[in-house]
Amino acid sequence: MNCLLILIQKEFTLELRRKAVISGISLYMFSLVFICYITFSLRQNSIAPATWSALFWLVILFSVVNSVAKSFIGERRGIFIYYYSLASPQSIILSKIIYNTVLCLFLSLGGYFLFSIFIQNPIEDKPLFLATLFLTSIGFSSSLTLISGIASKANNSNILMAVLSFPVVIAVLLLAIKITKNALDGIERAASVDEIINLAAINCILTALAYLLFPYIWRS
Amino acid sequence: MKTWLKITAVILLVYVHVGGMLFSVPRLDILNETVRALYFHVPMWFGMVLLYSISVYHSVQYLRTQSHNSDVKSLEYAHVGTAFGVLGIFSGMLWANYTWGSPWHGDPKQNGAAIALLIYLAYFVLRGSLDNEEQRARLSAVYNIFAFASMIPLIFIIPRLTSSMHPGSGGNPGFNMYDLDSNMRLVFYPAVAGWFLIGLWITSLRIRIRYIQERLFEIEDEKTK
Repeated sequence: MNCLLILIQKEFTLELRRKAVISGISLYMFSLVFICYITFSLRQNSIAPATWSALFWLVILFSVVNSVAKSFIGERRGIFIYYYSLASPQSIILSKIIYNTVLCLFLSLGGYFLFSIFIQNPIEDKPLFLATLFLTSIGFSSSLTLISGIASKANNSNILMAVLSFPVVIAVLLLAIKITKNALDGIERAASVDEIINLAAINCILTALAYLLFPYIWRS
Repeated sequence: MKTWLKITAVILLVYVHVGGMLFSVPRLDILNETVRALYFHVPMWFGMVLLYSISVYHSVQYLRTQSHNSDVKSLEYAHVGTAFGVLGIFSGMLWANYTWGSPWHGDPKQNGAAIALLIYLAYFVLRGSLDNEEQRARLSAVYNIFAFASMIPLIFIIPRLTSSMHPGSGGNPGFNMYDLDSNMRLVFYPAVAGWFLIGLWITSLRIRIRYIQERLFEIEDEKTK
């Protein structure tokens, strides 16, 4: 437990120390939003809520995949051996998942903010939407962290990261889009309870599996 | 595989082909004669899910025992499962072309099936891009289990939440509407069993071929030494 806290603290310190990475991710997301703004020539047109949610989740998906990918890809090999001698694989995967959840949540909120500035903010039921962002962050981070661990061992890890992760996160994404649709229309909460519970259940499955399977990746 | 199982599979499929084409089927609006797709399209999905489950079972076994055999088995079951899935998706598109008007209709079930195939294609890509044999076996086993678990909500849960034009949907995507006609069950159940046995047979042959290939490589290695 103590080890876990130290590892999480280490992730945050490292992240804050390497400012280039954070600013890189933010810039990546900003460029994506700006490309959406320009390609839809939004100064003259406005977009339908359904298009808004599709664009929003695409931007979130791409920036999240790229930022979580670096949790294992691109780290030096020596560091892994060092961790291996210090901590148990379970505490490493949990610390990475928790850290990545915070990162994903931060990215989603940032994306939401950028979207409301540049494009529009058609969300009626904001608390529900924020809850969705929180739940998807957990789902994205636990599945992508494990897959980044797998992809980091292969030769062409960056392509592999995208290929391996998209099919896996689609379930989370589909449910998120469904809840977003409800939040856009501002219909009563009771209509989205099923989806929220399903999303939470999928999160539990993904996190539990990542926790169980990670030691096997770690062993090499 | 036992010989009597192979004979049973052949007999069942001959029966399914004759019976499926010739027996009378209920006249239903829009579906008409395409209802016969039930005997060939639906067993493909059952076969795919079953073969993938066996593949995942062998992946779990691999992680527990690290035996090379389990790795070969999980790979081959995934291969044959994918073949079943591809056949299922094409037979479904053929059917949809005549009943829904277009081969690809964006139905939740179609999308779920396509994603299931994507997952296993990604699995093969992963295997292709890892050089070390032991590492390949271990990582692909991990991915197999993880991806299969994330596929379950896509195939079994989300289609139940959405409305779908797929027969049997609207609350319960079983095959309730066919319950009307017990004649069709006489062909449908043997069809499922027959196709599944054929799947197992193909897999067992592929596993044997792979062992023989590996043996041949070993022999050649010894020669060159």
